Order: sequence, then C-alpha cells, then structure tokens
Amino acid sequence: MQTKFLGYRRENGRVGVRNHVIILPLDDLSNSASEAVANNVKGTMALPHPYGRLQFGEDLDLYFRTLIGTGANPNVAAVVVIGIEPGWTKVVVDGIASTGKPVAGFAIEQNGDFNTICSASRKAKEFMHQASEIQRTECDVSELWVSTKCGESDTTSGIATNPTVGDAYDKLYEMGATLLFGETTELTGGEHLVLERCVNDEVRQKFQFFFDRYAKVVDDHKTSDLSDSQPTKGNIEGGLTTIEEKALGNIQKIGRKAPIVGCLEKAEAPAGPGLWFMDSSSAAGEMVTLCAAAGFAVHLFPTGQGNIIGNPILPVIKLCSNPRTLRTMSEHFDVDVSGLLTRDINLDQAGDSLLDLTLRTANGRLTAAEVLGHREYIITRLYESA
Amino acid sequence: MSIDFLVHEAADGVGVVVVESLKSGQEITGWIMKEDQTIKEKILNDIPIGHKLALKDFEVGDTIFKYNTDIGKVVAPIKKGEHVHVHNLKTKRW
Repeated sequence: MQTKFLGYRRENGRVGVRNHVIILPLDDLSNSASEAVANNVKGTMALPHPYGRLQFGEDLDLYFRTLIGTGANPNVAAVVVIGIEPGWTKVVVDGIASTGKPVAGFAIEQNGDFNTICSASRKAKEFMHQASEIQRTECDVSELWVSTKCGESDTTSGIATNPTVGDAYDKLYEMGATLLFGETTELTGGEHLVLERCVNDEVRQKFQFFFDRYAKVVDDHKTSDLSDSQPTKGNIEGGLTTIEEKALGNIQKIGRKAPIVGCLEKAEAPAGPGLWFMDSSSAAGEMVTLCAAAGFAVHLFPTGQGNIIGNPILPVIKLCSNPRTLRTMSEHFDVDVSGLLTRDINLDQAGDSLLDLTLRTANGRLTAAEVLGHREYIITRLYESA
Repeated sequence: MSIDFLVHEAADGVGVVVVESLKSGQEITGWIMKEDQTIKEKILNDIPIGHKLALKDFEVGDTIFKYNTDIGKVVAPIKKGEHVHVHNLKTKRW
C-alpha cells in the first residue's frame, strides 16, 4: 500500500492537501464585504455564516475556536479576516497568526464597506500570489489527519459503507495517521462498545462525561422520543428503525484495531496520532465544520440515502453502497462499494479502494462535493446570544 | 448465487433486504455475514430495499437483536417473514 503523498507543508509543520486563501467574516455583518473581496480576487473563497454578535461564555469560546481553527487548518495557505469592529477581529487574527501563516484583519467601522473591501482586496491579492507559488512536497501518511462522519445513513451503511471506513481506519492507524470520529448522540445504544475501546480509565471517564452531557441536552429540550429527528426521516425511509440500530451501524466506522486515545471538546485539536473522539452534533454540516476547525485535512463520509454535504476547506470523500442511491444521484459519490452487498468484493478490497481514493484526494484530486461546489460552513452554537 | 438479504450475525432476529422490488410471497435468499451461511426465507409483505424482515416470530415486549445487540422493543406482534419497521419496533431510549 502506498504511504506517501504530495501535500502542502505549513509554517507550523502541519500538512495540508489544499491551498486555499480564505476570506473569513468575523460576523454576519461582514459577509457582504467578504464575498465582495472573494469576487475581486479570483481563487480566494469567502466563508459566509450567520453568527458572531453578542455571543458569550462557552458559546463564544467555541465560536472563536471554530473561526481560529478554520483559519489555522493546514488546507489554508493564508487568511483575510473581516469584522465589523477591530477588537474581536484581532482575537481571530492573533489566533490564526500563532501558526505562522500569513493573516491580516480589517474592520468596517470608521471605514465602511467600500474602503474595507478595497484594502482587504489588495491584501488578498498579495496572499493569492504568494499561495500560488507554494509547491506540493512529499509527505507521509503518518502526517495526514483524517476525520469521519456518516449522514443520511440507512441499513446499507452499517452493512457495507461504514465498515469500509472502519477497514480504512484500521489501515491508516497502522500507518500512524491521526484519526477522528464524533456524533455523540448517535452512539446511543452502542456507547458500551465505545467505552470498551477507550485506552484507559481516564479516557473512558471523559467519554462518559461527554455522552452524559449531551444526553442531558436531549432530556432538557425534547418534546417527544426524538423518533422524528434521530433517526432522521431519511434514515427511516432507508430502513433504519431505532437510534440503537443507527448507532450500531455508525460505530462500524471506527474499525476494530485502534484504541481511542483521547476525547476532545468541539473543535479541539488532538495532541498526537491515533484514534480520537470529539464531542459533536450528528448534523453533517456542524460536525464536518468542527472537524475542519480541529485541523483535519481529509474527511471520509459514508452515506446510504445520499447526504450531499461538502465543506469549504475540508475535502469530503463520499462513499455509498446502496444501489438505488448510486443509480439516482451518482454525481455525488467518489467511491462505490455496492460490490460488498452483491459479494463481488470483500471488506479488505473495499477498504483499499477507499484508501486509494483518500491518497489521490490528498494528492489533489477534487472530490465530488468540491466539484459540485458544496461549501457548507455551519457553526455549532451552544445557546442564544445575549 | 444472488443474495436478496443480509444478516449481520446468526444470533440476529432480523435481516436486511439489499435488492429492490421484493414482493409478498417471494422466497428469497440471504447470507449471514459473520458465520458465512446461506439461508432462505418466504416474505409475507412487500419489503423495500434497506428494510428489515423478521427471521422468527416476536411478541409485544420482545427485544430484537441486530449485530447481536439490542436495537429496541417489539410494540406489535411480528411473524417470521414480515416487514419489521417503525410500526412494530421502537427504541428503548429517549
């Protein structure tokens, strides 16, 4: 199996597989100027989103961690931050600057959109020229950070598609890669299997803490047994019946070999190689955005009924085994493992085909989600603004 | 031999249909993945792709196992070969 790929080695030593120059709005008010800059400077990309005003406490901490983590991600070469005011803009700029990569901030108050767009465009153009001269260099798979989340799952996810990710995770673990899974409520019914995989009691207790904390959120806010939300209507259409059944399929993604070496808060970066759990929502846009903010470079996304999620900076590799889904919406998929259902291929072969596509993606092959322009950037909120 | 449904483990009470357009009364062929065994079952409903069939009779209150693990409780009687879904199986959580 190939163990090298051509990536972008960043100032802090991390390895990326894309070379984006992003225009990052600090807040909802700065989306317009950010999109104008991205329109002026070809090759850059704005990441509009609806938040950033009057957030406080743990929700604000998570918000800053998400924005800073997005800018710090090794798939990003340089960042222009635009905010309505300079204070919080500087918080995000300084956080990203700690990676050593080029970053600059611009504030709209006392400048207006026009002057801000003009000066931010000049800086973005400078960054774009610099980034376009960065060359890919040979990197080892042990330097690759790979995350996973499944979406619009059905029973074929648990039979074939998720075990394919599990097989690839087993192989990536043995090559020394850094791996992540999450989706806290979607482990309900299989949490004992996750606890068994934790490397020691400290990690086990931390997982139980995150699991119980999320269960309390559900208990505090539910108005029914959640059978209209989790499983989703798409899951149920695809044949999944209960959260327990969905969770047992979900857990197939973590394979059989890697112990869980640690548990992370939302958007927190892991401290070393191996398999990590990150507390997260099970909604695709939120979870994948948190993976990007935690610094992951490639994402493996199995689906049954056809979740079409993408991310602005994190390539999302889509795999599917459901023949009806593959037939009716084929443009969304990178890897077809329907041969597992017909017994034409075995799990080892399916895992190898996913691993091959993962390394080709790391080398620069665009994913279906990238080609189709799926750039869902969805920030997780913990509660209302002040 | 072409396979119509898959079963994770021999201890499971349900199998998953993996082909389209199966009709009530058909005899279909299944593969138990863990034990590598082939089985036959006559289905008593039309069952869509991805949906489950019962491999034995169940009474209200019974637990259904898949992946040899509890996936919920039976809330309406189920006969061997019938469609198992949200009308007769519910979560024990939440």
